[in-house]
Amino acid sequence: MKKIDFVHAKILRKDSYSELQPMDLAFVEGAITSDTQEVKLKKIREKSKKLVAIGACAVIGSPSNQRNFFNPKQHEQIQSILEKFKYKDKVLKLSDIVVVDENVPGCPMDEVGFLNILNKYINSQLVYPEP
Amino acid sequence: MHDVPDNFDINLTEISKIEGSASLEVKIRNKKIEDLKFSISEWKRFYTQAIQGKPAVAVPQLVARICGTCSNAHLLCSIKTVEKALGIIPSSQTMLLRRLIYNGLIIRDHALHLYIFALPDLYNKNSILDFDENDPLQKQLLEDTFEIKEVGNRLSKIVGGRSVHAPYPTIGGFLAYPHIQELKNLRDTLIAVRPKIFRLIEIFAKSSFSLSLPNIIFNGLSSQDYSFLTGQLVSSQGNILPEERMSEHVEAVVIPYSHARGFTYKGSTMMVGALARINLYKKSLHAKTKADTKMYLDLFPSYNLFHNNLAQALEILHVIDTSSEIIDGISTITSEEKIPVHPKQSVGVGVIEAPRGTLYHKYEIDDNGIVQKGEIIVPTGQNQVLMEKSIHILLESLLKKDTPKEQIILEVEKLIRAFDPCMSCASHFLKVKWS
Repeated sequence: MKKIDFVHAKILRKDSYSELQPMDLAFVEGAITSDTQEVKLKKIREKSKKLVAIGACAVIGSPSNQRNFFNPKQHEQIQSILEKFKYKDKVLKLSDIVVVDENVPGCPMDEVGFLNILNKYINSQLVYPEP
Repeated sequence: MHDVPDNFDINLTEISKIEGSASLEVKIRNKKIEDLKFSISEWKRFYTQAIQGKPAVAVPQLVARICGTCSNAHLLCSIKTVEKALGIIPSSQTMLLRRLIYNGLIIRDHALHLYIFALPDLYNKNSILDFDENDPLQKQLLEDTFEIKEVGNRLSKIVGGRSVHAPYPTIGGFLAYPHIQELKNLRDTLIAVRPKIFRLIEIFAKSSFSLSLPNIIFNGLSSQDYSFLTGQLVSSQGNILPEERMSEHVEAVVIPYSHARGFTYKGSTMMVGALARINLYKKSLHAKTKADTKMYLDLFPSYNLFHNNLAQALEILHVIDTSSEIIDGISTITSEEKIPVHPKQSVGVGVIEAPRGTLYHKYEIDDNGIVQKGEIIVPTGQNQVLMEKSIHILLESLLKKDTPKEQIILEVEKLIRAFDPCMSCASHFLKVKWS
């Protein structure tokens, strides 16, 4: 019996939807470095019953947030790029922006932890979080 | 008759089935391309700045994080760079074990691209998820997908401790050693999957996808044993260079709308990757690979960009054949004494062939072993100019044939995927000052 329906998976296929669709589980990788990413993350949160942060960057922000710790000299080297492409002042982890239900830490992520979360939710009736 | 408008725009913000994010903007007016921008939209994480001030010995595990797919390529390239700077010469056992880790990466990474990203196009499917389990060949290919990726993963895991961000390899050698019996056990599996790779080679050789650009310059790091990890830089123009001098010949090009910088070779459009390697030095492939794939190797040198996929499939067979030979030749694995690291003011350059092409790391290290400055040149950056140019040429020919917009988008995406670009790698650094 088919248990998993991949709603969005850009790495596997071209999306047939123009808008994000409702999802039981959303897995989000990476840290948030721009406003556009923040908007997208909030949309994903809105559409998903449970949101899972995957890997160190999503869970704790590192190492993608290394620019947060740059000294003035390093910062000067990247300043013009940050401005031109409208980066956020600081790189944020997912839980700085939205409610995160589960974390799979590690770089690379802990595979067993990932499977445990998948198994935990695969047979449960999920509901959207309270607004 | 197709009803194709004279004016339309294409805005692909998230191209699917590639590593990371890329976008394409096209403006067609009076059936002519008025504007075309292929850009890498992955956000930068500034690795080349981040390594400034860090101990050189800590850099390999950090820069491995540039990419989750080819992490072990960055890891081994970085280790090589630090070793070159500090004058450390790894043992022959270390070099063999590194090759095995690396061969595992080539198998897994090429397999990911060929089976999961490229194969659906050949079967007119959106995704490998849509393959028909009732069709014997498609079912077989689904099984092959997971089996081949798993063989690559296992090889890297046994020797490197993990298939991504391998913890065992370090500057001067290994922190832990594989169990020889585990390696010996894998040898038969490697031999057993060869028929699956022939199936893959045949499928990509028979594909009718074609776009030939005659004036590309191919570049790669060539060694007599096609090792990916050692050698000298060769180009299709016949130039041979020591790896230390790579940055003299590839020139950075500013692409204002892209998060990554492009490159040219002495001002000409260049290409790196599997197609370049097979074109330049197919003679160095493993003897068994060459003997069993002669009719396919005769297609090279090829200027058909889609043959990059066929070249990748041929390389999987080559690394399977070299790995089983290496494993046969290993009788013991000894726990070697650690080579001491003595910091000194130095400059190191390390070049390897990453799965997608030539990868260059350069670090300037001070007396205390701290990195003062770094530079990294990745394959996808080197291919970016050619990618945009080839999209332009493909579009022009499609427009002449009154191709509908949806079909144009599909054809362009197929071409972009043929390069197997990796945006995560390409966008990590940009040293150009914007005005």
